[in-house]
Parts: sequence; C-alpha cells; structure tokens
Amino acid sequence: MRVLQFHLDPSSGVATYLQIVQQVKEALRLGTVEVGDQLPTVRDVVADLAINPNTVAKAYRLLESEGLVVARQGRGTFVSSTLAPPSLHHHDALRAELELWLASAIRAGLDDESIRALISATLRQARRPAAA
Amino acid sequence: MTPALSAWNLGKRFHRVWGLRHCTLTIPEGAIVGLVGPNAAGKSALLALAAGLLAPTEGSLAVLGRDPLAEPAVLAEVGFLPQGAPLYRSFTVSQATEFARRTNPRWDAEIVAGMLERLSPHTKVGTLSTGDRTQLALALVLGKWPRLLLLDEPFAGLDPFACREFLQLLMEGVALISPTVVIASHVMADIERVCDGVVLLAEGRVRLEGQVESLLESHRVLLGPRRPIGAIRGVREIVRERHSGRQLTLLVEVDGPVLDPSWVVERVSLEELLLAYISPDRLRTPKPSEGIPLQWHG
Repeated sequence: MRVLQFHLDPSSGVATYLQIVQQVKEALRLGTVEVGDQLPTVRDVVADLAINPNTVAKAYRLLESEGLVVARQGRGTFVSSTLAPPSLHHHDALRAELELWLASAIRAGLDDESIRALISATLRQARRPAAA
Repeated sequence: MTPALSAWNLGKRFHRVWGLRHCTLTIPEGAIVGLVGPNAAGKSALLALAAGLLAPTEGSLAVLGRDPLAEPAVLAEVGFLPQGAPLYRSFTVSQATEFARRTNPRWDAEIVAGMLERLSPHTKVGTLSTGDRTQLALALVLGKWPRLLLLDEPFAGLDPFACREFLQLLMEGVALISPTVVIASHVMADIERVCDGVVLLAEGRVRLEGQVESLLESHRVLLGPRRPIGAIRGVREIVRERHSGRQLTLLVEVDGPVLDPSWVVERVSLEELLLAYISPDRLRTPKPSEGIPLQWHG
C-alpha cells in the first residue's frame, strides 16, 4: 500500500526536490509515516508526477543524509527515523483547547495576522525563562 | 566519465546559411537536458548531427566519446525521436514493433510491451492520434535501451493532457534505463519540470548553458525607480533592462546578495530568464544587418 503520495506546486518557487523533502518531513512530523514504512519508489514517483528521476533521487539522498531514511539496495527507501514529537498523543486535546481559544479571539475581533502575532509573541515569552 | 555528448566549435551550413555555428558544449552522462530556442536556432541541426544523420561542416563532436560518422556502431546506443514521430503509417502497431525489433541489435521486448499496454496491436499507425503515435515512437526508441536519447520537439501537436502522459511515460522509461536525455522543445513549463540542465540556442549559437537550479539561483529581477544605472553591489551583469514610465526592471546575473533597499529583488522563472538571453538587443551582435525577427511559438 502507498503510504505517501507527493504533489507539486509549480508556482511555489520551491525547487521540486525540496518540495518532496518537505512533504516527507511533514508526514514524519504528523506521524502519517512511521519507522519501517517504504517511501514510493523513484519509478512510481516519476510515473505519477512526470518529473526527472534525478530529482527524486536527490530528495531521497538528502533525507538519507539527514538520517531520516535508508536506501536498501534493490529494495527501496525506508523510513528509519521519526520527526514526530513524543508528545504526539497530546495533540488532539491541545488542539481542542486551541480551537476554543481561537473562537474567543475571533469573537474579540482579531484578524489572522493579529492572532499569529499574538501567538508568536506569547510563545517567545514563554520560552525565554527556559532558555536563560 | 565520458560526456554523453560534446561539441567543439561545431558548425553546419545548409547551402549558404549556417544552421549551427561555433557550438561548443558538453552534456554529462545521466543528465536530462532541455535544448531550447526560437525557430531556426539550430536545435534540430544539432540533434541530427548527434544522431549521425548530418556531417559537420566545421568543428567536431563526440557521441558517447566517439565520432558518429567514423564509428557508426555507436549509433546503436543512440535513440533518436525525430520531429513528428515519423513511422510507417500503413503498419499496424505490432508490425511497427516487429520492424523496430529486427532493425535494432539490442532489443528489450518487455519494456516496449509495458509501454504499449494501452494500444491495440492491430491498430494501423496512420489511424492513431498524435499522442498515441508519439507514445508508440517513444516506446520503440526506448526498446533499443539507448544510452543517449535525443528527442526533437516531442510535444509538437500534443494537447496538455497528451503532453503530460508522454512525459510520465518518458520519465518512467528514464528511471528504468537511466539514459542521458536531450529534449529539444519550445515548451518551457515541461522543460522546467523534467530537465536538470538547459542549453539555449539562438541563431545557431549557444547563448546560455547550465544547471536549471543554479541558473535560477544566480539570476534575479530587480525592480526600482527609473534612474541612471551605475554599478549595483551584488550584480555581476545586467542581462536585460526594461523601463516603463518611472519604473525600471532589470534582469541580472548576481554574484552576491543585492542589499540596496531601493531595489525590490525577486526570483526569476526559467522562461523569463531564457527569453531575456535571446532578447533582440542581446542577439544584435555580431551582425546587426541580419535583423531577422525572432518568433517564439509554443
């Protein structure tokens, strides 16, 4: 079974191999792919997206150099490490609380920009004592 | 490693007109290179020279390290798909396949059969759509397991859907066989999608050559108020200058960051970059009398 399907945004200005790298990392962070899962083969990806096989190989090499995947000769590329934080199972509860908070922020009339700014500023402040 | 294709001062004259001249380039093995440029740029001439169909008027070229005219045996390793995918129209798909099998010393029936799954073997080539005929021609050229694959305007006459299908098939074949590929084309979006290198020809000469990624990294568009331009820190060369009213737009090659806040710095698309290198004021040299207007048809 395919665990991952890549998609390309040609207008993003991000190099194709980096888009693939980002999508693998995102899947690792969200836990949608796990250690031991096989990434789509180069041939599958190029037949799907009509891109240069060298591009896919380059993306996989970069992921390998970062220790996230291993290439096994003749068998494919497999996930060897995860980016999912150990706290992944807390996400659902935290997300529910965040949704409540966002609802009150929107009621208070904050736009998206202000909400992001407020979250970033609060996050910076919360992290500061820990870093000192 | 021997380059897949190299040319030194290569020139080809057709009667009194030079179709290609002073062409020096190297295409490394394993690369997928887009050969782009306006009509009559010399793209087809270069491919026909590489395929051993034409003899150079001056200069020389090496295909997989050998001279294709002196050692025609090398051509068994070169796959050439000419413009319009010419095939015998009265043959059926299976007859065309059999013909290709018998006329090529190396043949991989499995890869060809895999690529032709969609086509009925009894259909006459002449009744196939352009898209299907191009796919058939591609399958037959990949069947000889080429180390160098030359495609002359393979997207001509294909609608966007057939074009994408062709590219998927081509890239799947490339993943399997790992040949060096040279694609002559006007279609920029597809070149950007599949090629890691690009060679820009215009009026028979190489105007720009390099890795797509590094070319995009080394060029920027600068926008700013119109003013006399002096040296700009970070800019190696101004490729194209345009102004409208009070606005000035420069397409530049950079050798460092442009930090001057009076310029808005933007990334450049491959199409814009290539068009800038063949803009009429750059092509004016060396003979301004040959003012043939360039046409960029897609």
